[in-house]
Amino acid sequence: MLSIKGLHAKVEEKDILQGLDIEINPGEVHAIMGPNGSGKSTLGNVLSGRPGYEATGGSVLFKGQDLLELDTEERAREGIFLAFQYPVEIPGVSNMEFLKVAVDAKRKHAGLPELSAVEFMKLARETSKRVDLDASFLKRGVNEGFSGGEKKRNEIMQMMLLEPDLCILDETDSGLDIDALQVVADGVNSMRDGKRSFIVVTHYQRLLDYIVPDYVHVLAGGRIVKSGTKELALELEAKGYGWLENGEG
Amino acid sequence: MTQEVENLIKTDYAAGFYTDIESDTLPPGLDENVIRFISARKEEPEWMLEWRLKAYRAWLEMEEPTWAHVHYPEIDFQSVSFYSAPKSMADRPKSLDEVDPELLATYEKLGIPLHEQEALAGVAMDVVFDSVSVVTTFREKLEEAGVIFCPISEAIRRFPDLVKQYLGTVVPQKDNYYAALNSAVFSDGSFVYIPKGVRCPMELSTYFRINELNTGQFERTLIVADEGSHVSYLEGCTAPMRDENQLHAAVVELVALDGAQIKYSTVQNWYPGDAEGKGGIYNFVTKRGVAHTNAKISWTQVETGSAVTWKYPSCILKGDNSVGEFYSVALTNNFQQADTGTKMIHLGKNTRSTIVAKGISAGQSNSSYRGLVRINPGAEGARNFTQCDSLLIGDRCGAHTFPYIESKNPSAVVEHEATTSKVSDDQMFLCQQRGLDAEKAVSMIVNGFCREVFKELPMEFAVEAGKLLEVSLEGSVG
Repeated sequence: MLSIKGLHAKVEEKDILQGLDIEINPGEVHAIMGPNGSGKSTLGNVLSGRPGYEATGGSVLFKGQDLLELDTEERAREGIFLAFQYPVEIPGVSNMEFLKVAVDAKRKHAGLPELSAVEFMKLARETSKRVDLDASFLKRGVNEGFSGGEKKRNEIMQMMLLEPDLCILDETDSGLDIDALQVVADGVNSMRDGKRSFIVVTHYQRLLDYIVPDYVHVLAGGRIVKSGTKELALELEAKGYGWLENGEG
Repeated sequence: MTQEVENLIKTDYAAGFYTDIESDTLPPGLDENVIRFISARKEEPEWMLEWRLKAYRAWLEMEEPTWAHVHYPEIDFQSVSFYSAPKSMADRPKSLDEVDPELLATYEKLGIPLHEQEALAGVAMDVVFDSVSVVTTFREKLEEAGVIFCPISEAIRRFPDLVKQYLGTVVPQKDNYYAALNSAVFSDGSFVYIPKGVRCPMELSTYFRINELNTGQFERTLIVADEGSHVSYLEGCTAPMRDENQLHAAVVELVALDGAQIKYSTVQNWYPGDAEGKGGIYNFVTKRGVAHTNAKISWTQVETGSAVTWKYPSCILKGDNSVGEFYSVALTNNFQQADTGTKMIHLGKNTRSTIVAKGISAGQSNSSYRGLVRINPGAEGARNFTQCDSLLIGDRCGAHTFPYIESKNPSAVVEHEATTSKVSDDQMFLCQQRGLDAEKAVSMIVNGFCREVFKELPMEFAVEAGKLLEVSLEGSVG
């Protein structure tokens, strides 16, 4: 699915990723943990092609093609989805309209016909139920006046509608209470079908109680310093990151 | 005057020597004889000629205003031709094959049906069956309701008393420089009269007046809504109109008598000039309405065209409890300049006005909102709410706001809100991460920004206006 080798990346002239390797097979869930400033969010932004995040070395193969060669929107249409830590508002653009355009762009890319307004509305309503968002949110402006939890559920709803191959969750748990976290995690788990892969970027082990990863990686100083299974997350919770950073030192 | 216009005038004139229409086209220049000629061509009564001459004499004494935040080379009025008859069938393109492909590409993007494209591009057509039948049913329906909707030149002949009673009562001949010029030389325009208590059975659209396409240059419109009547009027078209006149100075007067309601919607999409800022229409418009007791006047405009726009649709809230509204979207791209806004003059008690103005600037363009809210001493309990938002695309454009508030009654409540924002990188990234390309993303964000105004437009106009913004913004990203 995704093969990252020796990835270097910089943001505003500052080197953040310094030789990152990761291999993700279809259906796997990989958690990325690490201290502040280790480059966790940078990874998601570089993979999704956010302007200002520049890959300076290494390679990224996504479904066999050179991901770094693709434009931001092409990556999205190819199946990369980034769930934002801080989803931005687009006033006046209804969620429904936004989602339809996005879904149509992806379908068009895949050579499929656009969905009719009626078909889409039905699909969107069903999906909003799955993340416990009232259908009235579909009519509101994108994230406009949504609470933190509503924004995150809206992100998961978009993810469900777009059916990506690789979902990157960027600290989706931040600012969520336990009930919202459960809804988000249920949403994500319902999308685990043995083919779709996930990168779950998080600060806290808590999320991984709900979304159980196949692998846990610790990112420090712009590279993976330790990899393991879900037990590693518990160990980190108990011991912090210090011992790994020092060990790498 | 730019070289291009001079060339256009020259070509027109040269062509005139060799065809029958020669006598229908005046050489450039303006004097009393020109006005007499126009009036005679239109077979106007003596009083109308006098009215025009009075305006012309006033105009001679006036000076071109320079207070607007727009810059353009000085206009040499003696190099403008003030009367040209519509092009004859023989002069027009024979089919769409002879029309500028770029214009056709735009029609295509706006989704305009083929036979409408032909009409807009000025293709010579004997009859277009669809349109003709539409117009016929349309006329019959209006006549049944007692509504008058005809060219103003026809109204001057057929309904002189009505025209005399109201023409120039809202925008007097001497109102301003361009209004005076228009009063002297107006070519044609629309006249609407809605009888007492009548709800006009359909939206009146200039589009249906297909028989007088070439009236744009000095258009004069007068709409009178008698007591308790309702009318919705649509001006313009989202398609770019082919027009060879560079200078436009229109006047629109609205009279809403007691309890009447007039809704006036405009989509203005004259040629804005090319990407380098060459060419384009200069649009100097005076639009104003008077609302009597319990009457309501609502202006909605979407302005995307013209190189220079100077336009302030206004309401004089004369009667008690009268209501004025102004909803505006003004979009400028490349080197366009727009100075537009409104005036709300509160005279009556408990008068209310709402202003929602959205300015969008892209490229190296400049967009200004200029608005006046005046509460006169007698306007007990008057209220105004103004919201003025600017959206910038890129970092070479400008947005400016010039609000003037004069409140002379202590019981009045005037609110003004203003914001300036940019299409943010984060918004763009969200859209692109969801698979939208940059142009689609910008047009969607801009459409969202304009939503409050678009929802005031008649339904099909609103859809077209959205598409129009998309087309107008092309090339503004990247």
